[in-house]
Amino acid sequence: MKSLSMKLLPWAGYLIAMLGLPLIFNSVLAISILNQMAIAIVFALSYNMLLGQGGMLSFGHAVYFGLGGFLAVHALIMIEFETVYFSIIYIPLVGGVFGLLAALFIGSFSTRKAGTVFAMISLGVGELIAASSLIFVSFFGGEAGVSGDRTYGPPLFGIEFFQNIEIYYLAAAWVFIATLFMYLFTQTPAGRMANAVRDNPERAEFIGYSARWVRFISFAAAGFFAGVAGGLFALNYEFITEENLNAATSGRVLLMAYIGGLGYFIGPIIGAVVLTLMNSLLSNYSELWMLYLGILFVLTVMFLPRGFAGFIMMHQVAWAQGKLKHLLLPYLVTGIPALLFTSLCIIMIELSHHEEGAMHVLGITLEQSSSLSWILLAFATAAAFYATRRTLPQLRSAWDTANHIGDPASTKEEDTTAKGAKQS
Amino acid sequence: MSILSLQGVCKNFGATKIIRNVDLDIIEGEKHAIIGPNGAGKSTLFHLISGRYQVSAGTIRFKGEDIHNRPPYEINRLGLARSFQVTNIFPRLNVFENMRCALLWSRGYGYSFWQLLGRQHSLNEEAMHMLEQIGLLDRAKIPAGELAYAQQRALELGIAVAGGADLIMLDEPVAGMSHSEAENAVELIRRITEGKTLIMVEHDMNIVFDVADRITVLVYGEVIATDTPEKIRANRNVQEAYLGEVAESA
Repeated sequence: MKSLSMKLLPWAGYLIAMLGLPLIFNSVLAISILNQMAIAIVFALSYNMLLGQGGMLSFGHAVYFGLGGFLAVHALIMIEFETVYFSIIYIPLVGGVFGLLAALFIGSFSTRKAGTVFAMISLGVGELIAASSLIFVSFFGGEAGVSGDRTYGPPLFGIEFFQNIEIYYLAAAWVFIATLFMYLFTQTPAGRMANAVRDNPERAEFIGYSARWVRFISFAAAGFFAGVAGGLFALNYEFITEENLNAATSGRVLLMAYIGGLGYFIGPIIGAVVLTLMNSLLSNYSELWMLYLGILFVLTVMFLPRGFAGFIMMHQVAWAQGKLKHLLLPYLVTGIPALLFTSLCIIMIELSHHEEGAMHVLGITLEQSSSLSWILLAFATAAAFYATRRTLPQLRSAWDTANHIGDPASTKEEDTTAKGAKQS
Repeated sequence: MSILSLQGVCKNFGATKIIRNVDLDIIEGEKHAIIGPNGAGKSTLFHLISGRYQVSAGTIRFKGEDIHNRPPYEINRLGLARSFQVTNIFPRLNVFENMRCALLWSRGYGYSFWQLLGRQHSLNEEAMHMLEQIGLLDRAKIPAGELAYAQQRALELGIAVAGGADLIMLDEPVAGMSHSEAENAVELIRRITEGKTLIMVEHDMNIVFDVADRITVLVYGEVIATDTPEKIRANRNVQEAYLGEVAESA
């Protein structure tokens, strides 16, 4: 009973967060960002079915997102012209089915091998579809894309989806269902064997499983959910263009999943939220936000290979032993100069890029042309860097102490449980 | 009654002949050891039988069915399972998941994506029971890649036998183990292969003569003798080709 409620707790939290967020952040901009997050979450989770869970590095996952989205917009148009008659709430399913069909076809040859072969095929297919989208104008609409209108079709309880907030709640429902099903997939024989094939495709074949079939099933499922995300995109924006299935979109979903953490189910959700926020908020403040995103990605790969989720999970041992509080002070001591260093780097980057030639930071005027400004900045940055470096050993030793499972009480307990397990 | 039968099996890598015209019959229920000097082709022979390599010539029959050049998963489904000389497990899955995956196909789950593993109580109990048999019950939640070497070897063995295959092939199951670890492993092998057919490649002659009902000696890709341990010991060809070498070097 207790374990069941522990399992349901994160899901309840997830649902409450999705339902509650638009009440707190209720501006037009906030709702629009929440909608983008909803789409990104489903897309990033579907990507992780390939890379994190199945060991397939894809550079063309936007194909299934985009094709699903295109068909969803066409479905909207058909609803508008009354060729078909159903509520637009099923549009994401239309996207999903088309994503699935595309994945069934492409997966039938691309999942033969994982590794480089798979990655190259995904890249090739991605380029092929992106190029075709500019050639087959009647379906893809050329550079302008295609657009529809979501307010036709039978209304749902009187809701006609004129408002973004109405779409948000529809999207939230779809995101919750899609997340649940993607999670449940990881708990099935096919989902578990996807992990096994990721770890060791050869051995999987010697316990009765064709690695290719296992990959193919994951690939098809990932295509389906990417299509659902594409359908949500179509509902939210009511148009879709070639940009939504090209390599840049494929790259972005890879970044989301990676920065969030491939090894954890929740990782891509974190990545989707963080990157959507950067995309929509940071881009208001700086034209260089793509540069910062790139730096963030490189730093994640170098220092947090298991992503943000991995970073959070690193604290499990310390937390279980109640030693997390011992880390707070060392984190602050290192964190403050590190933050200062980061800010100063950003100021230098921004100043060199600034159009007006001068910036005002905390009442200080920094001029692009003044060497004094640069010398001051360089000096402050070096000092912040030095301070960070000096405090690092302290943090490291605090980390070791917090994660040390060596005190007599806990070892003794471990011994007895081990013995107990052997006897039983 | 032979369960596995090789006829004229050859394997060439380019111009190099690794396996030359091997005929071999494995009798149902026997414990059969394959011995031979390094490079004799013992592991290659295993790979040919289990489907990892394709044969260059000849046929392999398992339970009367022709299995040569069929993919490993099809051969496995017929009831032939094997372990590897170099540990070959699922390192990022925990020990319990490794064992459960090894059970899935033979318990009829196939590629199911509509059943939740957590609900399959008899499957889970069976996996736990297997872990108990190989002595890894208290390691169930640890990623398999973090186990100690001897424990990984035990898991390797467990994965091979879990599916309930009738024919089990073990490639140097105790290589790299200490004396006491090897003793435990042999005990384990005896226990979990009871009533099944076993083919094993092994270098430790004490273990071979202890476990095997029959022994095949492979030298430079050719079978020079297949017989009971006593007769192999007395066989002059074998002494010259192999056992003599061991005695000299020992």
